[in-house]
Amino acid sequence: MLTEFGRVLIFFIIGAVFVAGGLVTAWLIRPNRPYPSKLTTYECGEVPIGDTRVRFNIRFYVIALIFLIFDVEVVFLFPWALVYSQLGWFAFVEMVIFIVILFVGYAYVWRKGDLDWDRPAPKIPTFEKGVGVREDHLLEEQVVGS
Amino acid sequence: MGLLDQRFENGNIVISSIDSLLNWARLSSLWPMQFGLACCAIEMMATGASHYDLDRFGIFFRGTPRQSDVMIVAGTVTLKMADRIKILYDQMSEPRYVVSMGSCSNCGGPYWEHGYHVLKGVDRVIPVDVYVPGCPPRPEALMEGLMKLQEKIRNESLVKTA
Repeated sequence: MLTEFGRVLIFFIIGAVFVAGGLVTAWLIRPNRPYPSKLTTYECGEVPIGDTRVRFNIRFYVIALIFLIFDVEVVFLFPWALVYSQLGWFAFVEMVIFIVILFVGYAYVWRKGDLDWDRPAPKIPTFEKGVGVREDHLLEEQVVGS
Repeated sequence: MGLLDQRFENGNIVISSIDSLLNWARLSSLWPMQFGLACCAIEMMATGASHYDLDRFGIFFRGTPRQSDVMIVAGTVTLKMADRIKILYDQMSEPRYVVSMGSCSNCGGPYWEHGYHVLKGVDRVIPVDVYVPGCPPRPEALMEGLMKLQEKIRNESLVKTA
C-alpha cells in the first residue's frame, strides 16, 4: 500500500486543501467594497507620507558594523572578567591579544577615514572688526533686501 | 469577490441556513480593535481582563484594523482624533461594526455645551451600531452592548436589502 513517504504526501495534500479551502471560502463570503481610503497603508490612523521604502545613508552601514564588533567584544569581556581570578595570566594575555587585534582594525578604519562624516561646509564670510579697522562702505546692490 | 454578499433577491431555506452559519461564525469571534481614547478605555481594559473576561465571548483585542471586526470607540472623541478614527474605520475590513462606548462618544457627554474641542458624537463621522450609555459604563454595560451587537449580527442576511 502506502510507503512512508506516501503518508507524508497525503499530509501535504491535506495541508494544501485546508489552506486553499479557507481562502476560497473567504473569497466567496466576504464583502468586496474597496475604496482608496480603505486600501491605504495602516499608519496608526495617520495619513501615510511618502514611500514605505526609506533609504538610509550607506555610511550608517560601516558605523553599524564597527558598533557590532565592539558590542560582541564586550559580550566576551563580561564573562572573562567574572572568572578572571580563577584563570590567571593565560586568560589575561589571551584577552589582551583579542583586544589588540580589534583595535588594530579600529585604527585601520580610523586611518582609512571611514569614521569621517562628510558634513556640509557652508562658506561663512569673514571680516575684521574692532576699533580702528577701516571698513569699506557697501554698494547699494550688495546689501541684501535693498 | 464577495459572491454571496447581498446578492440574492429572495431568501430560501439554503440561504437562511448559510445565513445562520455565517452569522454564528461572525458573532462568535468578534475581534475589537485595540485602542482607547479616554477613561472609558480603562473600563474596556477591565472588561477584557480576567475578572470580566471578554475571551469567553470569543472577543479579544487585535492590534491592527485589518484583523478586527469591531471598533469600540471608548472615550472622548476630540476633533483631532476624529480624522484618525475615520481613517481607522475605513481601513477595517468588512463586515465591520462600531460600538460607541460612553456618553462622550455617544453625544459629546459633559463636553456637549462648552467642549470646543470635542466631536458631539462619534456617529457624526462613522456609522455606529450600538450605543453604550454611561460615564464611564461599567464592564457589565459594555458586555451588554457587545451582546446586543451579537444579536444584531445574528439577524443579518445575505438577501439584498432595499
